[in-house]
Amino acid sequence: MSWELVVNVLVAGVLTGMVYGLMALGLSVIFGVVRVVNFAHGEMMTIAMYAAVIVFAALKLDPFLAVLPVAAAFFVFGYVLQAGLINPFITRPEHSQFMLLVAVAIIMVNALLMIFGPDARNVQTDYQLESWALGPILFDKARVFAASAAVAAAAALFAFFRFTLTGKAIRACADNWLGAKVVGLDVKRYYALTFGLGAACVAVAGCAMVLLVDVTPVLGPAYTLLAFVIVIVGGLGSMGGALLGGVLIGASEALAGLFIQPSAKSMFSFALLILVLLLRPQGLLGKRQ
Amino acid sequence: MTRTALVLGVLLLAFLLALPAFAGSYLLSVATLILFFAYAGQAWNVMMGFAGQLSLGHSLYVGVGAYAAGALFFHYGVGPWAGIWLAVALCVALGAVIGFLAFRFGISGVYFALLTIAFAEFTRIGFDHIAWLGGPGGMFLKVAQRDTIDLASFRGPPEMYYYAMLALAAAAFAFCAWLLRSRAGYYWQAIREDEEAAQALGINTFRWKMLAVIISSAMTALAGVFFAFYYNNLFPEQIFHISRSIEIILGPIIGGLGTLFGPILGAAVLTILADGITEILAALGWEIPGVKQVFYGLVLLLVIMFLPHGIWPALARRIGLGR
Repeated sequence: MSWELVVNVLVAGVLTGMVYGLMALGLSVIFGVVRVVNFAHGEMMTIAMYAAVIVFAALKLDPFLAVLPVAAAFFVFGYVLQAGLINPFITRPEHSQFMLLVAVAIIMVNALLMIFGPDARNVQTDYQLESWALGPILFDKARVFAASAAVAAAAALFAFFRFTLTGKAIRACADNWLGAKVVGLDVKRYYALTFGLGAACVAVAGCAMVLLVDVTPVLGPAYTLLAFVIVIVGGLGSMGGALLGGVLIGASEALAGLFIQPSAKSMFSFALLILVLLLRPQGLLGKRQ
Repeated sequence: MTRTALVLGVLLLAFLLALPAFAGSYLLSVATLILFFAYAGQAWNVMMGFAGQLSLGHSLYVGVGAYAAGALFFHYGVGPWAGIWLAVALCVALGAVIGFLAFRFGISGVYFALLTIAFAEFTRIGFDHIAWLGGPGGMFLKVAQRDTIDLASFRGPPEMYYYAMLALAAAAFAFCAWLLRSRAGYYWQAIREDEEAAQALGINTFRWKMLAVIISSAMTALAGVFFAFYYNNLFPEQIFHISRSIEIILGPIIGGLGTLFGPILGAAVLTILADGITEILAALGWEIPGVKQVFYGLVLLLVIMFLPHGIWPALARRIGLGR
């Protein structure tokens, strides 16, 4: 096996991994603040992918332009979901929250199945087949654009949490919700805001991902599991960890597909998850509690 | 268990024993399915309902149990009575490994749940690559004639499977009722309510949590053996899939976590609901794929929103029973 092949596969894996990272970032932010594990995360991702497909089919709008309306719609959707459905559950036990989001996930997957049927959908643009060559190493244009969008969205989210007053308020709610309440923050509203932001991350990731893979309704549960693996590996609640985990998982999936068998690739992700849970349960970049 | 609950249990058992006399084959298959989920739910309930350890990977034990007994029969013609032992031994070993690793390293709550998912998914993909067990194409047990009862290889008419499942479910109920009142049961409940306080009282929480995992995985292994010989075809994609784990745990959660009647009631409600929705949609002519599950999800959502402790505790209060 030539080294060029290995490097090319690795590059593609890392670039895809950045999109994975953004998806997982949404999950991580939601868990870090609201302390609810979003079991419908991958299902939300597939809805975003279908949204990009519809917008593309109806308006011929490139998925990178569709990002803005889709993300805005997802922000509202996430806000409403948290404010209306999940907020009453934040004081309930974990299995109760789990059941709630599993029910939401079941509804989402099957609503997609009802509307779009089981067939794969995709988006075709002219730059999907083009690439830049750097010596023997090829960079797919679509992958580079997707990864750039993911990094840009992640950077925007970082900046929001670090520099804006609202971002600070959300971090305060995450650190100590009772304290946040005492100083007069409307914690539930910030929870809804956070879920909205997490959903917007997923929307951007979904619009980027639709350029790289075909979408079917059953992808949802697989993406949910993938997002779990990534955030546990990176550190549940750590923003940098989610991106690092995404890149690691993207690279390991690509290499496992090359060296062993494509169908066995997620087995390595789960093996990695088990190892991290046992040796460093807080994740690579997580803080020990 | 109060006297009323005992009477209720005996009446239910008598009804279930008499059921094949007047039920048709369709109703009998639904009843068998309900008992299957009641049993598997009871097994899961030992871990989560009694000891408070949330497992989202019980499909692992169903699958390994099914494949262990199935492979013995498929390759060597060994009947399930020997297969049971292999299935239980393998599942207990797996449960013990997962429990040991998790509890030794202090993994609990969401993290424990994700660990159990990871093991189940890892095994699912692994079994896809084991050609000896059929790989993704599945393993098919030979279906023998069904009108005579051949107990040695567990082949017979639907009534035989029904009574076997009823015996398992009834035994699990009695066993769990006993467990709940045993020393282990009280220790588990102490751990479930407050692990640190339990530890402070001198309970070796590691040991008792391990016991819960081991009992639960052994019981679930039997569900797997039954599954293999009842359905006769095993696919890793189906049997290890996370949706199977979710199916198992929905019953006890909807019925009432930690209660004895909860898993049975929950399994009955969910199975009848799923079949009922199918029938109604068929009658209306709405046979679009996915409609059924959307309704199912909506009902689940409503139950979890308005009956947070499940149906049984609410019902038991209504008719003046304890748990």
